Amino acid sequence: MLQAFTILLGFQLAGEVLVRVLHVGIPGPVVGMTMLAIGCIASVRLRKMCEAAATMLLGNLSLLFLPAAVGIVQFLPLLQKQGLAIGAAILGSTVLAIAVTALVFRFVVHHMKLEDRE
Amino acid sequence: MSQDVVRLWVYLSATPLLWLFATLIAYVLADIFARATGRHPLANPILVAMIPLAALLWFTKTPYTTYFEGAQFVHFMLGPATVAIAVPLAAEFKRMRRLAVPILVALFAGSLTAIVSAVGIAWLFGAPHVVLASLAPKSVTTPIAMGIAALVGGLPSLTATMVVVTGILTGVIALPLTRLLRVHDHAAHGFASGLAGHGIGTARAFHDSQVAGTFAGLALALNGLLTAVLVPLVMKLVP
Repeated sequence: MLQAFTILLGFQLAGEVLVRVLHVGIPGPVVGMTMLAIGCIASVRLRKMCEAAATMLLGNLSLLFLPAAVGIVQFLPLLQKQGLAIGAAILGSTVLAIAVTALVFRFVVHHMKLEDRE
Repeated sequence: MSQDVVRLWVYLSATPLLWLFATLIAYVLADIFARATGRHPLANPILVAMIPLAALLWFTKTPYTTYFEGAQFVHFMLGPATVAIAVPLAAEFKRMRRLAVPILVALFAGSLTAIVSAVGIAWLFGAPHVVLASLAPKSVTTPIAMGIAALVGGLPSLTATMVVVTGILTGVIALPLTRLLRVHDHAAHGFASGLAGHGIGTARAFHDSQVAGTFAGLALALNGLLTAVLVPLVMKLVP
């Protein structure tokens, strides 16, 4: 577990260093994730090493968003001024984005006959 | 006696321990509640846990910065957890390669829909430009969204709030909505959750299944990159 956690932090650190050196607007952890994904595809051993820690972290991913979610309370007055416009935009756009993504995904899978046969 | 209580509160409320414990206990109880409802979408543990925490901060007049001194230990884990999505991504690599075309087509369609519909609806309601620019990147993970908002004349702090609201809303509606549309495929449902609701949508998708969570994580990363390219283009078209 400690080994795995060190690997995860190492890839995050490498990602943070890389985005700062290359001046790209991508978060360091996303770059770290991409690099570790390539590493885990290339080496099953690396993947097995990280597996338990990844399962633990991802199984409790909701918890990790709680501090940021509590933080929105201090910004709620900001939302109130344009409350109706913002509320309608977020609700309408979220419904549309989920529906369009899921339907297009299913349509292309169906059209190309890519359904799971397992 | 009451002075002792006040003194104890003054001591405890200033330590990271109290707020770290409050964050964990609120989540543990919310998660037990969510399990008891069979992970009903409305019993979203983030939504259920944030309400008593926010109320506690409000009643005790505790500044968010004091709360965050304790909660930061939990918040910090978001970084390694994001990196950890690599593990199921690698495990599902074969399935992803097979589904590369639907992934890319759904990515472009969904990403454009998320941006254009958010800006369009707010524009119809007469929202000022700063609100439109803050709304445009609302479906992507906070650090990317804040960077995009700053670039196109939005308010990054307002964007951060919209991002969290969008994520929680996605966590609540993604499963019922995809079921209503008769999309039962875990890959499609997960991909839509992560695309529309970034990490919070991904967290919910991992509660549904490993495949849903993994495809959500993939959508989170891809949509973060594509939205950074598309938002400046879409904002040029806004009168």
